[in-house]
Amino acid sequence: MLVLIVRRLFQLVLLLFGISFIVFMSMFIAPGDPAAIIAGPTASASDLEAIRASMGLDKPVLVQYLDYLAGVLHGDFGYSYQTGQSVSDAIISRFPNTFKLAVASMIVAMAIGIFAGIISAIKHNSWIDFSSTTIALLGVSIPNFWLGAMLILVFAVNLQILPVGGLSYSIFSLEGIKELVLPAITLGTASAALIARMSRSSMLEVIQSDYIRTAKAKGVKKRSIVWVHALRNAMIPVITIIGIDFGALLGGTVITEQVFAINGVGRLMIDAIAARDFPIIQGTVLLVAAIFVVVNLIIDIIYALIDPRISYD
Amino acid sequence: MKNLLEVENLKVNFRTKKERLRAVRGISFSLKKGETLCIVGESGCGKSITSLSIIGLLPSNGEIAEGSIKLDGNELLGKTENELEIMRGNEISMIFQEPMTALNPTFTIGFQLREPLMIHKKMSKKEATKKSIELLEKVGIPNPVEKLRQFPHELSGGMRQRVMIAMALACEPSLLLADEPTTALDVTIQAQILELMDELKRQMGMGVVFVTHDMGVVAEIADRVMVMYAGEVVEIGDVDRIFNHPQHPYTKGLLGAVPNVDDEEHHLNIIPGSMPNLDDEISGCRFHPRCPYAMDICRKKNPTTFQVTSSHQSKCWLQEVTDVDRLHTTS
Ligand SMILES: Nc1ncnc2c1ncn2[C@@H]1O[C@H](COP(=O)(O)OP(=O)(O)OP(=O)(O)O)[C@@H](O)[C@H]1O
Ligand code: SF4
Ligand SMILES: [Mg+2]
Repeated sequence: MLVLIVRRLFQLVLLLFGISFIVFMSMFIAPGDPAAIIAGPTASASDLEAIRASMGLDKPVLVQYLDYLAGVLHGDFGYSYQTGQSVSDAIISRFPNTFKLAVASMIVAMAIGIFAGIISAIKHNSWIDFSSTTIALLGVSIPNFWLGAMLILVFAVNLQILPVGGLSYSIFSLEGIKELVLPAITLGTASAALIARMSRSSMLEVIQSDYIRTAKAKGVKKRSIVWVHALRNAMIPVITIIGIDFGALLGGTVITEQVFAINGVGRLMIDAIAARDFPIIQGTVLLVAAIFVVVNLIIDIIYALIDPRISYD
Repeated sequence: MKNLLEVENLKVNFRTKKERLRAVRGISFSLKKGETLCIVGESGCGKSITSLSIIGLLPSNGEIAEGSIKLDGNELLGKTENELEIMRGNEISMIFQEPMTALNPTFTIGFQLREPLMIHKKMSKKEATKKSIELLEKVGIPNPVEKLRQFPHELSGGMRQRVMIAMALACEPSLLLADEPTTALDVTIQAQILELMDELKRQMGMGVVFVTHDMGVVAEIADRVMVMYAGEVVEIGDVDRIFNHPQHPYTKGLLGAVPNVDDEEHHLNIIPGSMPNLDDEISGCRFHPRCPYAMDICRKKNPTTFQVTSSHQSKCWLQEVTDVDRLHTTS
């Protein structure tokens, strides 16, 4: 296990180097002059020249990249062209929101998805199965902005039991939980549908297996056959889906953040791209890559915990 | 002695997309306490389905259409799933063919072995662990304490089958169903497992229904033998009767198909042709297309079951002829 963790962390470092290089180079190819963005439309040619010199933008590309790396090694990811805020501050101020939202959405998705999938499987070909698979199909195909808007309309505007948007209270307060509900449902629905489909097919396969028949032959009750003997095995492929979804959610969710006026990483990144705020783009891309690797590592560790046949030594 | 198990006119059907398949077509047999009945026959003749019917674990598309299965005089058919759960692993146990897949890969041997004890005998975890260690010793597994903490993939096939046996016998059932428990094992392990099962049967005095298609295994462990063909019982009798005085042409064919290790020239004498599919409608005797003795009546009428001796039956028209002969010679 330790070997796996060390190996993955090493991979992570290499990956971050590679990605930072690619992103850095692509920003040079991309149109748009950072100096012009910072200086604004009224700046003169000599103003631009001065800004370039002060930011080191007149140096050769490779030297700029090495400067950037040297900064990163000291924890300095540069400063936003738009606001002058440091990239790490910008991310740190946004990431907790994204993290809260991702965790809440995943809880919604797993609770609904796993439960629906398994009920579908054990009642398979019944009307329960049929309605659940139909709803799952709907869940995958409904666009988030529409679902979010509908939820706001019903629960915030009409019933007025939940807030319209924002994410500003502590998670340990009632307000903090209430404001998470609608965005978490909005984001969780699509994942729930995927998880349900995966759980259903995986469970269907597992309950036909020899060891389930053995458990039945021992007189194990139906309920614990499903929720003890079968569940652990059925979850093995589902965990992959959960991991991918969770990684994607942690990378920010532009549309939902927009709909619910949440200051998350997704909006930070999109705004930065629109404004060619390269340091922010660079920082968020590195963050997403790091999240991806770490989530994968966690999934592999969970795999090994669930399935004793997997060992990384 | 009273019969432990009585199966009467058992019929099992499968629902498929197209039609209803008749996998078991009205079979009857019985088993006494302490007796081993071997069910033999070619692949697909309904051996597994027969044993699964007894423990109530037919595949979901299978249903018992007719008949009666009595354990100790108690009718099993029509029992609710709850009632069956209480009996399974307790009064009736079953061991399956594939030791590699029959144990749950994600739980320890200990967990899986304690389960029947905790369910049926209401033991605490501690008591069940103690009993599990005894059971593993009984089935000849070294280092039982350590084995309890291991997972199935850490054990060899033979060891896993021993675990399966320990699990099945944990609550000392009165009836053990074994569906080809040694087929997947290599020969030396197979012999060990057979010996173990035989000894445990003697100790516990249970009845055993043992499914196999290996006549060598039959010779080793059977008290009685039931030969099945295409969903029917074609012959049933004591083991020495079946081996020394087989009556049904199919049984004779099966016995001829045992490879003779002493005689290198003697090749497998396989019955020509193959067993009909479940949906093939065959007039008269279902074996007649392959039977070297087939007569006119065989193509028209399904033979009745004839009593050869008080404990030996054959479902073949030849029996009627010999009966008639006997009648003629005695009169
Ligand atoms: N779920 C099912 N649906 C349809 N037909 C089935 C099903 N299970 C078994 N059958 C059919 O029932 C017949 C009897 O099957 P069974 O498993 O009892 O054979 P068997 O005698 O145990 O053979 P083997 O030696 O291969 O184990 C076979 O023809 C098989 O194809
Ligand atoms: S009834 Fe006829 S066909 Fe069938 S086994 Fe006997 S002799 Fe052969
Ligand atoms: Mg079988």
